[in-house]
Amino acid sequence: MISIQTPISDDDIRKLKVGDPVELSGLMMTGRDGVHKWMMDTFIIKTRQPQGDDLEVYEAIKPLLKDGIIYHCGPVVAGLDTREYRFVAAGPTTSIREEPYQAEIMKHFKIKGVIGKGGMGTKTLQGCRDVPGVYFHAIGGAASYIAQSVTRVVGVYKLDFGVPEAMWVIEVKDLPVVVTMDSHGQSLHQVVEAKSNQVFQELLKK
Amino acid sequence: MKDYTDRILELIRKTSTDLPKDVEERLKAAVEKEAPGSAARGALETILKNVALSRKNATPICQDTGTPIFYVKYQEGISTLKLRQQIRSALAEATKRSYMRPNAVNVMTEKNSGNNLGGEDFPYMHFEEVESDELTIELILKGGGCENVGAQYSLPDMRLGAGRDLVGVRKVVLDAVQKAQGQGCAPGILGVSIGGDRGSGYIASKEVFFGKMGKSNPDEKLAELEHQLTDEANSLGIGPMGFGGNTTVLDTKITGLHRLPASYFVTVSYMCWAYRRGRMTIKGDEVRYE
Repeated sequence: MISIQTPISDDDIRKLKVGDPVELSGLMMTGRDGVHKWMMDTFIIKTRQPQGDDLEVYEAIKPLLKDGIIYHCGPVVAGLDTREYRFVAAGPTTSIREEPYQAEIMKHFKIKGVIGKGGMGTKTLQGCRDVPGVYFHAIGGAASYIAQSVTRVVGVYKLDFGVPEAMWVIEVKDLPVVVTMDSHGQSLHQVVEAKSNQVFQELLKK
Repeated sequence: MKDYTDRILELIRKTSTDLPKDVEERLKAAVEKEAPGSAARGALETILKNVALSRKNATPICQDTGTPIFYVKYQEGISTLKLRQQIRSALAEATKRSYMRPNAVNVMTEKNSGNNLGGEDFPYMHFEEVESDELTIELILKGGGCENVGAQYSLPDMRLGAGRDLVGVRKVVLDAVQKAQGQGCAPGILGVSIGGDRGSGYIASKEVFFGKMGKSNPDEKLAELEHQLTDEANSLGIGPMGFGGNTTVLDTKITGLHRLPASYFVTVSYMCWAYRRGRMTIKGDEVRYE
Protein backbone atom coordinates (compact mmCIF):
# COMPACT_ATOMS: atom_id res chain seq x y z
CA MET A 1 0.00 0.00 0.00
CA ILE A 2 1.32 3.44 -1.00
CA SER A 3 0.43 6.48 1.13
CA ILE A 4 0.00 9.80 -0.63
CA GLN A 5 -0.58 13.15 1.00
CA THR A 6 -1.92 16.27 -0.74
CA PRO A 7 -0.39 18.49 -2.11
CA ILE A 8 1.28 15.95 -4.42
CA SER A 9 4.64 16.42 -6.15
CA ASP A 10 5.32 15.58 -9.81
CA ASP A 11 7.80 12.94 -8.65
CA ASP A 12 5.22 11.14 -6.53
CA ILE A 13 2.76 11.17 -9.42
CA ARG A 14 5.30 9.74 -11.89
CA LYS A 15 6.10 6.90 -9.51
CA LEU A 16 2.48 5.75 -9.53
CA LYS A 17 1.60 2.93 -11.97
CA VAL A 18 -1.67 1.33 -13.02
CA GLY A 19 -2.68 -1.27 -10.44
CA ASP A 20 -1.08 0.45 -7.45
CA PRO A 21 -3.27 0.46 -4.33
CA VAL A 22 -3.05 3.86 -2.65
CA GLU A 23 -4.29 5.48 0.55
CA LEU A 24 -4.92 9.20 0.19
CA SER A 25 -4.73 11.75 2.99
CA GLY A 26 -5.00 15.51 3.27
CA LEU A 27 -7.29 18.18 1.86
CA MET A 28 -9.29 17.64 -1.31
CA MET A 29 -12.43 18.96 -2.96
CA THR A 30 -15.51 17.28 -4.40
CA GLY A 31 -16.77 18.36 -7.80
CA ARG A 32 -18.99 16.68 -10.37
CA ASP A 33 -21.17 17.54 -13.35
CA GLY A 34 -22.34 21.03 -12.38
CA VAL A 35 -18.93 22.10 -11.11
CA HIS A 36 -17.05 20.90 -14.20
CA LYS A 37 -19.41 22.72 -16.54
CA TRP A 38 -19.26 25.87 -14.38
CA MET A 39 -15.43 25.81 -14.34
CA MET A 40 -15.19 25.20 -18.07
CA ASP A 41 -17.79 27.79 -19.19
CA THR A 42 -16.81 30.54 -16.73
CA PHE A 43 -13.02 30.32 -16.46
CA ILE A 44 -11.64 28.27 -19.35
CA ILE A 45 -13.64 28.79 -22.55
CA LYS A 46 -15.35 31.83 -21.01
CA THR A 47 -18.68 31.50 -22.79
CA ARG A 48 -20.37 32.60 -19.58
CA GLN A 49 -19.71 35.80 -17.62
CA PRO A 50 -18.75 35.36 -13.96
CA GLN A 51 -21.79 36.04 -11.75
CA GLY A 52 -22.50 36.42 -8.03
CA ASP A 53 -19.63 35.02 -5.98
CA ASP A 54 -18.02 33.18 -8.94
CA LEU A 55 -14.72 35.10 -8.89
CA GLU A 56 -14.42 34.90 -5.13
CA VAL A 57 -14.99 31.12 -5.20
CA TYR A 58 -12.51 30.77 -8.08
CA GLU A 59 -9.77 32.50 -6.06
CA ALA A 60 -10.57 30.36 -3.01
CA ILE A 61 -10.43 27.00 -4.80
CA LYS A 62 -7.29 27.71 -6.87
CA PRO A 63 -4.80 27.06 -4.04
CA LEU A 64 -6.79 23.98 -2.96
CA LEU A 65 -6.70 22.42 -6.39
CA LYS A 66 -3.07 23.24 -7.25
CA ASP A 67 -1.16 19.95 -6.84
CA GLY A 68 -4.38 18.68 -5.30
CA ILE A 69 -7.23 16.29 -5.93
CA ILE A 70 -10.77 16.62 -7.24
CA TYR A 71 -13.17 13.91 -6.12
CA HIS A 72 -16.16 13.01 -8.31
CA CYS A 73 -18.60 12.61 -5.46
CA GLY A 74 -22.07 13.78 -4.50
CA PRO A 75 -22.21 12.98 -0.81
CA VAL A 76 -25.00 12.49 1.69
CA VAL A 77 -24.31 15.22 4.26
CA ALA A 78 -25.73 15.54 7.78
CA GLY A 79 -25.88 18.79 9.75
CA LEU A 80 -27.22 20.94 6.93
CA ASP A 81 -29.41 23.01 9.26
CA THR A 82 -26.69 23.69 11.84
CA ARG A 83 -23.85 23.93 9.31
CA GLU A 84 -21.94 21.40 11.37
CA TYR A 85 -21.47 19.29 8.31
CA ARG A 86 -20.63 15.60 8.44
CA PHE A 87 -20.27 13.16 5.53
CA VAL A 88 -22.60 10.19 6.04
CA ALA A 89 -22.12 8.48 2.68
CA ALA A 90 -19.51 9.49 0.14
CA GLY A 91 -18.64 7.01 -2.60
CA PRO A 92 -17.51 8.02 -6.11
CA THR A 93 -19.84 8.89 -8.98
CA THR A 94 -19.31 7.77 -12.62
CA SER A 95 -16.43 9.83 -14.02
CA ILE A 96 -16.92 9.45 -17.76
CA ARG A 97 -19.49 12.27 -17.77
CA GLU A 98 -16.63 14.70 -17.05
CA GLU A 99 -14.58 13.47 -20.02
CA PRO A 100 -15.39 16.58 -22.14
CA TYR A 101 -13.97 18.85 -19.41
CA GLN A 102 -11.49 16.97 -17.25
CA ALA A 103 -8.19 17.37 -19.13
CA GLU A 104 -8.67 21.14 -19.59
CA ILE A 105 -9.63 21.56 -15.95
CA MET A 106 -6.64 19.51 -14.74
CA LYS A 107 -4.31 21.71 -16.79
CA HIS A 108 -5.98 24.98 -15.78
CA PHE A 109 -5.85 24.32 -12.02
CA LYS A 110 -2.76 21.99 -12.04
CA ILE A 111 -4.84 19.18 -10.52
CA LYS A 112 -2.70 16.09 -9.88
CA GLY A 113 -5.33 13.54 -9.02
CA VAL A 114 -8.89 12.74 -10.02
CA ILE A 115 -10.88 10.29 -7.89
CA GLY A 116 -13.95 8.65 -9.37
CA LYS A 117 -15.28 5.38 -10.69
CA GLY A 118 -15.59 3.67 -14.05
CA GLY A 119 -12.50 5.32 -15.51
CA MET A 120 -12.15 8.01 -18.18
CA GLY A 121 -11.23 8.27 -21.85
CA THR A 122 -8.33 9.22 -24.08
CA LYS A 123 -8.58 12.99 -23.54
CA THR A 124 -8.17 12.62 -19.78
CA LEU A 125 -5.43 10.04 -20.26
CA GLN A 126 -3.51 12.61 -22.31
CA GLY A 127 -4.25 15.18 -19.58
CA CYS A 128 -2.65 12.82 -17.06
CA ARG A 129 0.49 12.75 -19.22
CA ASP A 130 0.62 16.52 -19.65
CA VAL A 131 0.04 17.72 -16.08
CA PRO A 132 1.27 15.05 -14.84
CA GLY A 133 -1.65 13.45 -13.03
CA VAL A 134 -3.35 10.15 -12.28
CA TYR A 135 -6.85 8.75 -12.06
CA PHE A 136 -7.62 7.09 -8.75
CA HIS A 137 -10.48 4.56 -8.81
CA ALA A 138 -12.51 4.35 -5.60
CA ILE A 139 -14.99 1.53 -4.99
CA GLY A 140 -18.36 2.51 -6.40
CA GLY A 141 -21.19 2.21 -3.91
CA ALA A 142 -18.91 1.74 -0.90
CA ALA A 143 -20.30 4.97 0.50
CA SER A 144 -20.51 4.36 4.25
CA TYR A 145 -17.06 2.79 4.22
CA ILE A 146 -15.43 5.68 2.34
CA ALA A 147 -17.25 8.28 4.49
CA GLN A 148 -15.27 6.93 7.45
CA SER A 149 -12.09 8.20 5.76
CA VAL A 150 -13.49 11.74 5.74
CA THR A 151 -12.27 13.12 9.04
CA ARG A 152 -13.52 16.69 8.63
CA VAL A 153 -15.67 18.83 6.39
CA VAL A 154 -13.69 22.05 6.13
CA GLY A 155 -16.26 24.03 4.16
CA VAL A 156 -18.49 24.19 1.12
CA TYR A 157 -18.75 26.38 -1.96
CA LYS A 158 -21.76 26.79 -4.24
CA LEU A 159 -24.20 24.97 -2.00
CA ASP A 160 -26.89 26.53 -4.20
CA PHE A 161 -25.85 23.93 -6.85
CA GLY A 162 -27.53 21.40 -4.49
CA VAL A 163 -25.92 19.08 -1.92
CA PRO A 164 -24.67 16.48 -4.46
CA GLU A 165 -23.32 19.12 -6.87
CA ALA A 166 -21.65 21.54 -4.44
CA MET A 167 -17.87 21.81 -3.91
CA TRP A 168 -17.19 20.27 -0.50
CA VAL A 169 -13.73 20.85 0.91
CA ILE A 170 -12.83 17.84 3.02
CA GLU A 171 -9.93 16.42 4.96
CA VAL A 172 -9.44 12.70 4.50
CA LYS A 173 -7.29 10.05 6.14
CA ASP A 174 -6.28 6.91 4.24
CA LEU A 175 -9.03 7.01 1.62
CA PRO A 176 -8.56 3.72 -0.28
CA VAL A 177 -8.20 3.85 -4.08
CA VAL A 178 -6.50 2.04 -6.96
CA VAL A 179 -4.57 3.78 -9.74
CA THR A 180 -6.30 2.81 -12.99
CA MET A 181 -4.87 5.53 -15.27
CA ASP A 182 -1.32 6.78 -14.80
CA SER A 183 0.88 9.61 -16.07
CA HIS A 184 2.72 7.25 -18.47
CA GLY A 185 -0.25 6.71 -20.79
CA GLN A 186 -1.43 3.44 -19.26
CA SER A 187 -5.12 2.77 -18.62
CA LEU A 188 -6.55 -0.36 -17.04
CA HIS A 189 -9.92 0.57 -18.56
CA GLN A 190 -8.56 0.46 -22.11
CA VAL A 191 -6.97 -2.94 -21.47
CA VAL A 192 -10.12 -4.49 -19.95
CA GLU A 193 -12.36 -3.09 -22.68
CA ALA A 194 -10.13 -4.38 -25.49
CA LYS A 195 -9.97 -7.86 -23.93
CA SER A 196 -13.70 -8.08 -23.27
CA ASN A 197 -14.40 -6.87 -26.79
CA GLN A 198 -12.42 -9.79 -28.22
CA VAL A 199 -14.54 -12.25 -26.25
CA PHE A 200 -17.71 -10.38 -27.22
CA GLN A 201 -16.89 -10.55 -30.95
CA GLU A 202 -16.44 -14.32 -30.64
CA LEU A 203 -19.75 -14.66 -28.79
CA LEU A 204 -21.52 -12.73 -31.57
CA LYS A 205 -20.45 -15.38 -34.08
CA LYS A 206 -22.17 -18.15 -32.09
CA MET B 1 -57.67 5.33 6.98
CA LYS B 2 -54.60 4.92 9.17
CA ASP B 3 -51.50 7.04 8.86
CA TYR B 4 -48.69 4.80 7.57
CA THR B 5 -46.05 7.56 7.26
CA ASP B 6 -43.79 6.19 10.02
CA ARG B 7 -44.04 2.66 8.63
CA ILE B 8 -43.07 3.91 5.19
CA LEU B 9 -40.18 5.90 6.66
CA GLU B 10 -38.90 2.65 8.17
CA LEU B 11 -39.25 0.93 4.78
CA ILE B 12 -37.13 3.68 3.18
CA ARG B 13 -34.52 3.49 5.96
CA LYS B 14 -34.22 -0.27 5.64
CA THR B 15 -34.07 -0.20 1.86
CA SER B 16 -31.35 2.45 1.71
CA THR B 17 -29.17 1.04 4.49
CA ASP B 18 -29.73 -2.73 4.66
CA LEU B 19 -28.84 -4.73 1.53
CA PRO B 20 -31.10 -7.80 1.03
CA LYS B 21 -29.42 -10.98 2.25
CA ASP B 22 -29.82 -12.79 -1.09
CA VAL B 23 -27.75 -10.06 -2.80
CA GLU B 24 -25.12 -10.15 -0.07
CA GLU B 25 -24.85 -13.94 -0.40
CA ARG B 26 -24.17 -13.61 -4.15
CA LEU B 27 -21.48 -11.01 -3.47
CA LYS B 28 -19.86 -13.27 -0.87
CA ALA B 29 -19.81 -16.14 -3.34
CA ALA B 30 -18.25 -13.83 -5.95
CA VAL B 31 -15.28 -13.01 -3.67
CA GLU B 32 -14.15 -16.63 -3.78
CA LYS B 33 -14.04 -16.56 -7.58
CA GLU B 34 -11.43 -13.77 -7.73
CA ALA B 35 -7.69 -14.27 -7.30
CA PRO B 36 -6.24 -13.36 -3.88
CA GLY B 37 -4.64 -9.93 -3.97
CA SER B 38 -6.40 -8.91 -7.21
CA ALA B 39 -8.08 -5.50 -7.55
CA ALA B 40 -11.35 -7.35 -8.30
CA ARG B 41 -11.21 -9.29 -5.03
CA GLY B 42 -10.24 -6.15 -3.13
CA ALA B 43 -13.25 -4.33 -4.59
CA LEU B 44 -15.66 -7.08 -3.51
CA GLU B 45 -14.14 -7.23 -0.03
CA THR B 46 -14.57 -3.47 0.35
CA ILE B 47 -18.16 -3.77 -0.90
CA LEU B 48 -18.95 -6.40 1.74
CA LYS B 49 -17.34 -4.33 4.51
CA ASN B 50 -19.46 -1.41 3.36
CA VAL B 51 -22.64 -3.52 3.40
CA ALA B 52 -22.00 -4.59 6.99
CA LEU B 53 -21.11 -1.07 8.11
CA SER B 54 -24.20 0.49 6.49
CA ARG B 55 -26.45 -2.05 8.16
CA LYS B 56 -24.82 -1.49 11.57
CA ASN B 57 -24.87 2.32 11.45
CA ALA B 58 -28.08 2.76 9.41
CA THR B 59 -26.22 4.87 6.85
CA PRO B 60 -26.87 4.72 3.09
CA ILE B 61 -25.13 1.83 1.32
CA CYS B 62 -24.49 4.18 -1.61
CA GLN B 63 -24.50 7.97 -1.52
CA ASP B 64 -26.57 7.89 -4.70
CA THR B 65 -29.83 6.85 -3.09
CA GLY B 66 -31.26 6.80 -6.58
CA THR B 67 -34.74 7.13 -8.00
CA PRO B 68 -37.21 5.88 -5.39
CA ILE B 69 -39.61 3.53 -7.22
CA PHE B 70 -42.68 2.64 -5.14
CA TYR B 71 -45.12 -0.10 -6.12
CA VAL B 72 -48.23 -0.27 -3.99
CA LYS B 73 -50.80 -3.06 -3.92
CA TYR B 74 -53.82 -1.96 -1.94
CA GLN B 75 -57.21 -3.32 -0.99
CA GLU B 76 -60.62 -1.76 -1.46
CA GLY B 77 -61.22 1.13 0.94
CA ILE B 78 -57.67 2.49 0.90
CA SER B 79 -57.27 6.04 -0.42
CA THR B 80 -54.42 6.22 -2.90
CA LEU B 81 -54.53 9.99 -2.61
CA LYS B 82 -53.70 9.73 1.11
CA LEU B 83 -51.11 6.99 0.55
CA ARG B 84 -49.43 9.19 -2.04
CA GLN B 85 -49.20 12.02 0.49
CA GLN B 86 -47.89 9.67 3.18
CA ILE B 87 -45.19 8.30 0.87
CA ARG B 88 -44.12 11.84 0.00
CA SER B 89 -44.00 12.90 3.67
CA ALA B 90 -42.01 9.79 4.61
CA LEU B 91 -39.53 10.42 1.80
CA ALA B 92 -38.99 14.06 2.80
CA GLU B 93 -38.42 12.96 6.40
CA ALA B 94 -36.00 10.19 5.29
CA THR B 95 -34.05 12.86 3.39
CA LYS B 96 -33.93 15.10 6.46
CA ARG B 97 -32.55 12.17 8.47
CA SER B 98 -29.82 11.48 5.87
CA TYR B 99 -31.19 8.07 4.88
CA MET B 100 -31.65 9.59 1.45
CA ARG B 101 -29.71 12.16 -0.58
CA PRO B 102 -31.75 15.02 -2.05
CA ASN B 103 -31.96 13.75 -5.62
CA ALA B 104 -34.75 15.61 -7.43
CA VAL B 105 -33.40 18.30 -9.79
CA ASN B 106 -35.74 20.54 -11.79
CA VAL B 107 -34.47 20.36 -15.38
CA MET B 108 -35.56 23.87 -16.27
CA THR B 109 -34.22 25.77 -13.24
CA GLU B 110 -31.48 23.22 -12.34
CA LYS B 111 -32.55 23.60 -8.70
CA ASN B 112 -32.43 20.62 -6.39
CA SER B 113 -35.68 20.56 -4.40
CA GLY B 114 -33.69 19.51 -1.31
CA ASN B 115 -36.28 17.00 -0.07
CA ASN B 116 -36.55 14.42 -2.87
CA LEU B 117 -39.96 15.69 -3.95
CA GLY B 118 -40.35 16.96 -7.48
CA GLY B 119 -43.85 17.53 -8.78
CA GLU B 120 -45.99 14.54 -9.69
CA ASP B 121 -43.15 12.60 -11.30
CA PHE B 122 -40.69 12.24 -8.40
CA PRO B 123 -40.72 9.83 -6.60
CA TYR B 124 -42.10 7.28 -9.06
CA MET B 125 -45.26 5.61 -7.74
CA HIS B 126 -47.45 2.87 -9.11
CA PHE B 127 -50.76 1.81 -7.53
CA GLU B 128 -52.72 -1.34 -8.15
CA GLU B 129 -55.92 -2.44 -6.41
CA VAL B 130 -55.93 -6.12 -5.50
CA GLU B 131 -58.32 -8.51 -3.79
CA SER B 132 -56.51 -8.96 -0.51
CA ASP B 133 -56.66 -8.01 3.15
CA GLU B 134 -53.04 -6.83 3.02
CA LEU B 135 -51.43 -3.59 1.93
CA THR B 136 -48.07 -4.15 0.26
CA ILE B 137 -45.56 -1.40 -0.50
CA GLU B 138 -42.43 -2.33 -2.42
CA LEU B 139 -39.50 0.01 -2.98
CA ILE B 140 -36.50 -0.04 -5.24
CA LEU B 141 -33.76 2.59 -5.10
CA LYS B 142 -32.07 2.73 -8.47
CA GLY B 143 -28.87 4.74 -8.73
CA GLY B 144 -28.08 7.05 -11.64
CA GLY B 145 -24.79 5.43 -12.67
CA CYS B 146 -26.44 2.13 -13.49
CA GLU B 147 -29.53 3.82 -14.92
CA ASN B 148 -27.29 5.63 -17.42
CA VAL B 149 -25.99 2.34 -18.91
CA GLY B 150 -29.46 0.92 -19.59
CA ALA B 151 -30.21 0.42 -23.29
CA GLN B 152 -33.02 -0.33 -25.69
CA TYR B 153 -32.64 -2.12 -29.00
CA SER B 154 -35.04 -2.34 -31.94
CA LEU B 155 -34.60 -5.69 -33.68
CA PRO B 156 -33.41 -6.60 -36.22
CA ASP B 157 -30.10 -4.92 -35.40
CA MET B 158 -27.87 -5.17 -38.48
CA ARG B 159 -24.70 -4.03 -36.71
CA LEU B 160 -24.88 -6.90 -34.23
CA GLY B 161 -26.49 -9.38 -36.60
CA ALA B 162 -29.37 -9.70 -34.15
CA GLY B 163 -32.65 -10.99 -35.56
CA ARG B 164 -36.11 -11.23 -34.04
CA ASP B 165 -35.58 -14.30 -31.90
CA LEU B 166 -33.95 -15.31 -28.62
CA VAL B 167 -30.54 -15.57 -30.33
CA GLY B 168 -30.94 -11.92 -31.31
CA VAL B 169 -32.04 -11.04 -27.78
CA ARG B 170 -28.90 -12.71 -26.42
CA LYS B 171 -26.64 -10.67 -28.74
CA VAL B 172 -28.05 -7.26 -27.85
CA VAL B 173 -28.05 -7.96 -24.11
CA LEU B 174 -24.37 -8.91 -24.29
CA ASP B 175 -23.74 -5.71 -26.27
CA ALA B 176 -25.29 -3.70 -23.43
CA VAL B 177 -22.99 -5.43 -20.91
CA GLN B 178 -19.92 -4.86 -23.09
CA LYS B 179 -20.79 -1.17 -23.51
CA ALA B 180 -21.48 -0.71 -19.78
CA GLN B 181 -18.04 -2.05 -18.76
CA GLY B 182 -17.62 -1.03 -15.09
CA GLN B 183 -19.67 2.18 -15.38
CA GLY B 184 -22.84 0.72 -13.86
CA CYS B 185 -21.02 -0.48 -10.71
CA ALA B 186 -20.44 -4.11 -11.70
CA PRO B 187 -21.16 -6.79 -10.71
CA GLY B 188 -24.67 -5.91 -11.82
CA ILE B 189 -28.04 -7.56 -12.24
CA LEU B 190 -29.64 -7.49 -15.70
CA GLY B 191 -33.35 -6.78 -16.06
CA VAL B 192 -34.45 -7.61 -19.59
CA SER B 193 -37.79 -7.04 -21.25
CA ILE B 194 -38.63 -8.46 -24.67
CA GLY B 195 -41.46 -6.80 -26.61
CA GLY B 196 -43.80 -4.01 -25.54
CA ASP B 197 -43.31 -0.46 -26.78
CA ARG B 198 -40.45 1.86 -25.83
CA GLY B 199 -42.22 3.01 -22.65
CA SER B 200 -43.66 -0.28 -21.37
CA GLY B 201 -40.40 -2.05 -22.22
CA TYR B 202 -38.36 0.10 -19.86
CA ILE B 203 -40.94 -0.19 -17.09
CA ALA B 204 -41.11 -4.00 -17.37
CA SER B 205 -37.29 -4.25 -17.44
CA LYS B 206 -37.27 -2.61 -13.98
CA GLU B 207 -40.27 -4.43 -12.52
CA VAL B 208 -38.30 -7.70 -12.66
CA PHE B 209 -36.02 -6.25 -9.96
CA PHE B 210 -38.82 -6.67 -7.40
CA GLY B 211 -38.21 -10.44 -7.55
CA LYS B 212 -35.57 -12.17 -5.44
CA MET B 213 -32.19 -13.22 -6.80
CA GLY B 214 -31.95 -16.56 -8.55
CA LYS B 215 -35.71 -17.07 -8.74
CA SER B 216 -36.12 -19.33 -11.73
CA ASN B 217 -38.14 -18.06 -14.68
CA PRO B 218 -41.37 -20.08 -15.12
CA ASP B 219 -40.73 -20.15 -18.88
CA GLU B 220 -38.16 -22.86 -19.54
CA LYS B 221 -36.62 -21.20 -22.59
CA LEU B 222 -36.27 -17.86 -20.79
CA ALA B 223 -34.83 -19.60 -17.71
CA GLU B 224 -32.20 -21.18 -19.94
CA LEU B 225 -31.42 -17.86 -21.62
CA GLU B 226 -31.08 -16.15 -18.23
CA HIS B 227 -28.40 -18.66 -17.17
CA GLN B 228 -26.65 -18.47 -20.49
CA LEU B 229 -26.55 -14.66 -20.41
CA THR B 230 -25.16 -14.56 -16.86
CA ASP B 231 -22.43 -17.07 -17.82
CA GLU B 232 -21.55 -15.38 -21.10
CA ALA B 233 -21.55 -11.90 -19.55
CA ASN B 234 -19.12 -13.20 -16.94
CA SER B 235 -16.91 -14.71 -19.65
CA LEU B 236 -16.32 -11.14 -20.94
CA GLY B 237 -13.95 -10.68 -17.98
CA ILE B 238 -15.00 -7.11 -17.18
CA GLY B 239 -15.20 -7.96 -13.48
CA PRO B 240 -16.11 -6.01 -10.35
CA MET B 241 -15.84 -2.24 -10.96
CA GLY B 242 -14.52 -3.04 -14.45
CA PHE B 243 -11.14 -3.97 -12.92
CA GLY B 244 -11.06 -7.23 -14.89
CA GLY B 245 -12.27 -10.41 -13.20
CA ASN B 246 -14.67 -13.32 -13.19
CA THR B 247 -17.92 -11.79 -11.95
CA THR B 248 -19.48 -9.06 -14.09
CA VAL B 249 -23.13 -10.04 -13.65
CA LEU B 250 -24.71 -11.63 -10.55
CA ASP B 251 -28.03 -12.55 -12.14
CA THR B 252 -30.24 -12.05 -15.20
CA LYS B 253 -34.03 -11.68 -15.11
CA ILE B 254 -36.07 -11.72 -18.32
CA THR B 255 -39.72 -10.96 -18.94
CA GLY B 256 -41.83 -10.99 -22.09
CA LEU B 257 -44.51 -8.51 -23.18
CA HIS B 258 -46.88 -8.53 -26.11
CA ARG B 259 -45.55 -6.50 -29.02
CA LEU B 260 -46.91 -4.87 -32.13
CA PRO B 261 -46.32 -6.89 -35.31
CA ALA B 262 -44.03 -4.08 -36.50
CA SER B 263 -41.96 -3.76 -33.31
CA TYR B 264 -39.51 -6.02 -31.52
CA PHE B 265 -37.86 -4.15 -28.66
CA VAL B 266 -35.33 -5.58 -26.27
CA THR B 267 -34.83 -3.36 -23.23
CA VAL B 268 -32.03 -3.80 -20.73
CA SER B 269 -32.02 -2.19 -17.32
CA TYR B 270 -28.79 -2.55 -15.41
CA MET B 271 -28.95 -2.71 -11.62
CA CYS B 272 -25.73 -1.98 -9.73
CA TRP B 273 -24.46 -4.37 -7.05
CA ALA B 274 -26.15 -2.06 -4.49
CA TYR B 275 -29.45 -3.70 -5.42
CA ARG B 276 -31.65 -1.96 -2.87
CA ARG B 277 -35.00 -3.63 -2.74
CA GLY B 278 -37.50 -3.48 0.14
CA ARG B 279 -41.00 -4.69 0.85
CA MET B 280 -43.48 -3.94 3.58
CA THR B 281 -46.73 -5.79 4.20
CA ILE B 282 -49.41 -4.44 6.49
CA LYS B 283 -52.26 -6.59 7.73
CA GLY B 284 -54.38 -4.99 10.42
CA ASP B 285 -51.89 -3.72 13.02
CA GLU B 286 -49.18 -6.14 11.99
CA VAL B 287 -46.29 -4.87 9.81
CA ARG B 288 -43.77 -7.13 8.16
CA TYR B 289 -40.58 -5.96 6.46
CA GLU B 290 -38.55 -8.15 4.11
